[in-house]
Amino acid sequence: MNVVAALVAVIGMVIVVWFGVGVLKLYTLFGVLVPYAALLTFLIGLIYRMVNWAKSPVPFKITTTCGQQKSLPWIKHSRLESPANNFEVVLRMALEVLAFRSLFRNLRADLRGRKLYYGSSKWLWLGAILFHWSFFIILVRHLRLFTYPVPGPIKVLDAVDSFFHIGLPHLYMTDVAILAGLTFLILRRLVDAKVNYISHASDYFPLFLILGLISSGMLMRYFLRVDLVSVKEFVMGLATFHPKAPKGIGVIFFVHLFFISALVAYFPFSKLVHMVGVFFSPTRNLPNDNRRVRHINPWWEGVPPKFLTYCEWQEKFKEQLEQAGQPIDEDCYKEKKS
Amino acid sequence: MYNSDKVIPGIIIFVLFVTFPIWWNHGKSVAAPEPELPKKGRCVESKEYMRSHHMQLLNVWRNEAIRQGMRIYTSSDGARFWISLQNECMKCHNNKSKFCDRCHQFAAVEPYCWNCHIPPETKKFKAPKASRLLKLFGVPPVLHGSSQAESYGHAEH
Repeated sequence: MNVVAALVAVIGMVIVVWFGVGVLKLYTLFGVLVPYAALLTFLIGLIYRMVNWAKSPVPFKITTTCGQQKSLPWIKHSRLESPANNFEVVLRMALEVLAFRSLFRNLRADLRGRKLYYGSSKWLWLGAILFHWSFFIILVRHLRLFTYPVPGPIKVLDAVDSFFHIGLPHLYMTDVAILAGLTFLILRRLVDAKVNYISHASDYFPLFLILGLISSGMLMRYFLRVDLVSVKEFVMGLATFHPKAPKGIGVIFFVHLFFISALVAYFPFSKLVHMVGVFFSPTRNLPNDNRRVRHINPWWEGVPPKFLTYCEWQEKFKEQLEQAGQPIDEDCYKEKKS
Repeated sequence: MYNSDKVIPGIIIFVLFVTFPIWWNHGKSVAAPEPELPKKGRCVESKEYMRSHHMQLLNVWRNEAIRQGMRIYTSSDGARFWISLQNECMKCHNNKSKFCDRCHQFAAVEPYCWNCHIPPETKKFKAPKASRLLKLFGVPPVLHGSSQAESYGHAEH
């Protein structure tokens, strides 16, 4: 059911664009207004999410660790598993963001007959890293359509990505890699009963949306073809705020543009926001130095909480304590008298 | 806001990364290039088809001519053409820098046609310098009356 809902939503988007551009010829709406609105939603939405997270107090220092923390000088501490200062936090965070280190530890539990087995399972890590890195490289590579003159590093990236010179236009390695990664991520939710059980439409939707985005892009590059010079002229117009309604570009381009607009606008409202959220995880962005540095709960800043001493507390609940037959600390009263 | 010393630079980096195309171009829009088209004659296929598909057609031509020895192309409207980049395409589109390069530079595409082919306007051959070996045996660098000498002379004008 969840899968069908997500799939219908994505196919519906193709129909909307086909009808809007192919039949009604709404070039300005789909070519100019929708992309600008989506970009604004993306920027404002993500900044709002970041500021909102930064405003939320972290009451406890709850770093997740799985190594020896820094203590006495002769005990070797694990710098990455239990970072003791900000530098080590940055190192651990960088490895997490760039190499998905915690996913590399993924375990899988399986019943085989009547026995429960636990084993290392790197497939999720492999699928995720293929998908995310390919997506990032594809995004950076697209800058060749957004800039003039094109920066050298982007040209180099393009040349390296199409290194094998398969077909013409050359097949990009990242196109193959992202398809492989994405197929795995989709199949994982469909085939694995445990993951399938916890998957919602909001899990399938981004996967199908990105699959649609990639398919439309690959169709446009390798099969249906559009006039690249017109596309770049139009895209440059968008990037320099001199938008011109594009003409003579096939509907497949508008499908691609609508998919990326939808993805970008969907970002701040969905699980995709983990792109910035990972940096705001209190379990990962704090050093494990609880024993050296006192973490003051920000709720208490400027508003000191009212503490009760034991004697004050005993006075408050004296009746109940006596009824329950609890011993009363007589010293409290002695000190008062003297 | 807590940790604003780290969050605000983070937000600035994020915004700069997302808006890269906007500030890199300084808001200057660039007009699309206009390749110089031949005054007369027709191309093998329609203008629209050639604009979007020429690289795929050339790839098919390359494979047919070099790997299968097939030298005749029948276009979609039945006209027949000789399959050859230098002798057919470049016969009309005879200026690489004014035709091919304008769009390719704009779109940051570097086709590898010219790894093997020689564009007409760069086809200038100087007379070969006499190598030490030739000098040793007293052989003149340009052999008069040979077909080689003729082709050098031909290419110069």
